Amino acid sequence: MLNSHATGSVLRSGRRTDTARSAGSTLLIGLALVFAALMLAQGAWAASRPEKQELKIGFIKLTDCAPLIVAYENGYFEDEGLYVTLEAQANWKVLLDRVIDGSLDASHMLPGQPLGAAVGIGGNAELVAIAGMGVNTLAVTMGNSVWTQMKTNVPMEAGKPVHPIHAKALEPVVKATSASGTRFNLGMVFPTSTHNYALRYWLAAGGIHPGLYTPADANGTTDGMVQLSVTPPPQMPATLGAGTILGYSVGEPWNQQAVIKGIGVPVITAGEIWSRMPEKVLGTRREFADRYPNTVRAIVRAVIRAEQWLDADKGANRTDLARMLSRPEYVGADYNVLVGPLTGNYQYEKDDIRPAPGGNVYYSGFAGYPFYGDAIWYLTQMRRWGQIPVEQTDAWYDGIARKVYRPDIYRDAANDLIASGDMQATDLPPAESYGAPPSQFIDGNVFDPAKPNAYLESFDIGTKGQK
Amino acid sequence: MSDQSVMPPVRSLGLAERIRLIWQAKAPGIGASLGAPTAAILVFLLIWHGLAPRVQTSLGELPGPAQVFGEFISLMEEHQMEREKADRFYVRQAERNAAWVAEDPTYVPVVAEWTGKPTFIDQIFTSLKTVFAGFALATIIAIPLGLLCGSSAIMQNALNPLIQTFKPVSPLAWLPIVTLIVSAMYTNNDAWLPKSFLVSAITVMLCSLWPTVINTALGVASVDRDLINVARVLQLSWTKRIRKIVLPAAMPLIFTGMRLSIGVGWMVLIAAEMLAQNPGLGKFVWDEFQNGSAQSLGRILVAVLTIGLIGFVLDRLMLSVQRLVSSGDAR
Repeated sequence: MLNSHATGSVLRSGRRTDTARSAGSTLLIGLALVFAALMLAQGAWAASRPEKQELKIGFIKLTDCAPLIVAYENGYFEDEGLYVTLEAQANWKVLLDRVIDGSLDASHMLPGQPLGAAVGIGGNAELVAIAGMGVNTLAVTMGNSVWTQMKTNVPMEAGKPVHPIHAKALEPVVKATSASGTRFNLGMVFPTSTHNYALRYWLAAGGIHPGLYTPADANGTTDGMVQLSVTPPPQMPATLGAGTILGYSVGEPWNQQAVIKGIGVPVITAGEIWSRMPEKVLGTRREFADRYPNTVRAIVRAVIRAEQWLDADKGANRTDLARMLSRPEYVGADYNVLVGPLTGNYQYEKDDIRPAPGGNVYYSGFAGYPFYGDAIWYLTQMRRWGQIPVEQTDAWYDGIARKVYRPDIYRDAANDLIASGDMQATDLPPAESYGAPPSQFIDGNVFDPAKPNAYLESFDIGTKGQK
Repeated sequence: MSDQSVMPPVRSLGLAERIRLIWQAKAPGIGASLGAPTAAILVFLLIWHGLAPRVQTSLGELPGPAQVFGEFISLMEEHQMEREKADRFYVRQAERNAAWVAEDPTYVPVVAEWTGKPTFIDQIFTSLKTVFAGFALATIIAIPLGLLCGSSAIMQNALNPLIQTFKPVSPLAWLPIVTLIVSAMYTNNDAWLPKSFLVSAITVMLCSLWPTVINTALGVASVDRDLINVARVLQLSWTKRIRKIVLPAAMPLIFTGMRLSIGVGWMVLIAAEMLAQNPGLGKFVWDEFQNGSAQSLGRILVAVLTIGLIGFVLDRLMLSVQRLVSSGDAR
């Protein structure tokens, strides 16, 4: 920790020297002290300087890419001496390939991507997750015609649907559609995406079988009452509008976009499915993290500062954020589409806007911390839906989580910031933390990250044990 | 100012003459007067203005000419703003480098390029660079190949089936193969030539190769027999024969081929950039489509018109080069 302390103080003293010089009339003794500090720290400073300063970081046009955008726009990357080019990626597949082949140094990623790469789903690669990016940023949207049929099964209060809306209400619509010979197609963004697992979780909790992946069925439709397929996030509204899919699960603002364009209605948000859904991570290659430890640590420091800014003063910066993200090179959706979910006013229907306080969290409640428990949850879902084809021991789950999730890197960066006074020590969970603070699921099941197999046993739908 | 008046007659090139006639038939005296095109453009703008608001999309109504012009202005302003931001970035970087060197004299300062987004203007230049690179590659390969085919009936027979098979292949079919091969063979990510640039340029090359090959072969094959016989009588060497007789005679057709090539290349490039997300105007269009904001349609239309105008200018450029070469040949 001594070293990290020196890092923080030296980086700050670098900023201070200019002021000292410009002040001119500073007391001699002050100058002497600064000089002495510089001499002492020079060795440590050279050792903690980022090895690689020019970086290319990828992102997908979603509200949870915000920490990267803010770190860039607010100059946090530059404060670390990092010259970062942010590059929007066409879809999650392209993004993953570019992280693996080194075109991107780091990226906004789905937790299932580094984890999937570690267990051999869609290729093998050694990737690591070095920070969390965004909690509760997705929703499930149904097209207007499905919603009209579904609404008749939803309990109402004062003329408005009672939330959360359970997939039970959708089940008769699925059955009627299938009986008429039409496939009930739903969109999600990537086979190992948070959105795939969230949609499946919600459907299964309401008794709708979303289909299983098998070694022979890479599309995950075996035994399914619905057909899930992949569409890139920003194209969801257009694909729904074209009628190719009847509904979808995607991150914001692409659900709000559907309401405002009048083509669909969000039926359930992430936080209603799981009160603390860790949506994205900041990922990179293990080889990159090993080769450039100071760079990676500096990236995480900048991202933590951005996440602090995002949740600061009860969301005072959120309208600025909506304006920032609405620029075409970032998310590019209209400001009025972005501002709702970012300020906690969620629009479900034209005349149904409700406060949604738990959505789009970046820092509060340790939202940026890469808990092993989060990794375990994703791995259980991969097993539940058959992407992990055989039963694994609890120790195996723990081993994969420890290999891919790197809270150690996050802790080093956070400790630098705590040492320099840029972060509250209480905002960093204790070193022995394994899972995130307890949270609730829509099906009432209890998730204990230490017992993944017991958690799998608690589901009615999905593979478990040796099946 | 008609096309014909600029064009001096070229003797001894019956085929080239005929080709030229075909071109002129396609564009009958566009420049005859300034009035007709102006009127046509005005009518087009009026129809556009009248019909656009009736087309409702999920992004609002189709923008009319006035809105598109407004988007054009705002794109130019954005370009200006980005340049100013870049200037400030370089100032900050220089200050930081000075401070870091002051702290540790052994530090070798990094001079990073501006990390901001490429503006519309930047994307235009990226596309132009790429198309010229692809076109230059295509020309370097196509002219010798065409010479070979044109000067030997056996080669012509041998290569014709291959050329005819590859010629109609769409760029979108080549793209995945080119991407995979370039990714596999070109692994240095820090090189000065970005991978995406290579992929786009090679795709352009593959598709714009064929018009030049075919026209060069045609040009070489149709060189006047008398000239060839004269060369034989004078016992000119092979290289001299190519340089003094074949190339000058075939030049007009070679340039016809190159002109077709650059047109094909430009169309191919935009499609390739859209699909592969490689920097350039195609990516600009795709990004705006994905954004789906209220300005997106207007910005896409600005790009569409720009693509068209650049294509037009490229074609005219090649045409004037072609004429220059033809007239030189006639003298």
